[in-house]
Amino acid sequence: MLTRRIIPCLDVKDGRTVKGVNFVGLRDAGSALELAAYYSEHGADELVFLDITATVENRGTMVRLVQDVADRISIPFTVGGGIRTKEDVGRLLSAGADKISINSAAVRNPDMISGFARLFGSQCVVLAIDARRNPGMPSGFETIIDGGRTATGRDALLWAQEAERLGAGEVLLTSMDADGTRNGFDVDLTAVISGNIGIPVIASGGAGCEEHFRDILREGKADAALAASVFHFREIGIPELKAYLRSEGIPVRI
Amino acid sequence: MIAVIQYGAGNVRSVLSALRRLGHEGVLTDAPDTIRKAERVIFPGVGEASSAMAALRERGLDEVISSLERPFLGICLGMQMMCSFSEEGDTEGLGIFPERVMRFPSGRGCKIPHMGWNGISALGGRLFADVDEESYAYFVHSYYVPLSPFTAARCSYDGICFSAALERGNFMGTQFHPEKSGSVGEKVLASFLEAI
Repeated sequence: MLTRRIIPCLDVKDGRTVKGVNFVGLRDAGSALELAAYYSEHGADELVFLDITATVENRGTMVRLVQDVADRISIPFTVGGGIRTKEDVGRLLSAGADKISINSAAVRNPDMISGFARLFGSQCVVLAIDARRNPGMPSGFETIIDGGRTATGRDALLWAQEAERLGAGEVLLTSMDADGTRNGFDVDLTAVISGNIGIPVIASGGAGCEEHFRDILREGKADAALAASVFHFREIGIPELKAYLRSEGIPVRI
Repeated sequence: MIAVIQYGAGNVRSVLSALRRLGHEGVLTDAPDTIRKAERVIFPGVGEASSAMAALRERGLDEVISSLERPFLGICLGMQMMCSFSEEGDTEGLGIFPERVMRFPSGRGCKIPHMGWNGISALGGRLFADVDEESYAYFVHSYYVPLSPFTAARCSYDGICFSAALERGNFMGTQFHPEKSGSVGEKVLASFLEAI
């Protein structure tokens, strides 16, 4: 049976992780490479790297990190942040990334999705959607861009459905309401998106305890769940989380 | 020498990295002579079937591959292209496995692509000597090879049981990505590297 995926997310600046990392046993706790290797050996199904600086000057640094990660780990990983052109995508994929994620730039230029899908295959095009509750929207959720600063007036579900038609292979869905709260993923948001598109959905934002993962994978119908700080701070260990999920009847890879 | 066939776009670096972790250097090539001389050949595949087959034919590699007698491993689309026909772009394949590659039916409640870690079972043949039944491997695909006499491992998704691996003589293929399947994938690659 296809298992549900657990995905740690690493925010990266200059090859270093930026969200607080409190790891015992790593030679260099701030090294994105060391952290990636740790997770791949301790139950993570995939990894996501977000380049939070994403400036032109930093592109070379990210490509080198991607090469190092690809040489070291043997699970799939996605890279996002500042990707705009097919050259950006080509560089990251040939450096060893399995998928790339695009967000605000795709909202401004949806043809980017079909262009990348045609050139590189849908399987490597992840559309990241940041969504916020808005009762004025048909689905009840609005697409937000620019890291939470700009409301687009676009319904999040309609955008996800359009992205699927354009050739996106997966949606990385972050609840701007839940993100950072640790009160749980937004089950309503994820269920309405995941239940109404035909491509996998990774739920993100709000993870605080193991039960939150159960809820988002069961009621939220998420194909995968992503989190950062609860893993980085060792509040939740992935092997323990997976043992719990399996005991709750959710299929996971152990 | 291990030749890794490069015939267009795709993440081939991961295959080279996986070989290196096992102590082997792969040589990226599209040169027929190099491929003929190689002790083993790996045929990765990411992308779309008809354009990938066109890229192979353009380089004359379709005939080269079919004539090889040494251990040969097709991965994902690589394995699908070793079949007779694919519904993806109505593509005629290499015909090493007399199978027809089909698309997962949409609208049945399961997500397409079949993406993620799934169990593999009914393991047979040389690639799985060291792999336990119901181990997990990483898949990303929208098309599948049905079960056949050459099926060496099975997987199921969306109520369809399909070939997770094929083997016929020196020709082997995996639908999953061994280079992305953690320690299970490493065992599969190591077995391929030992295959005679």
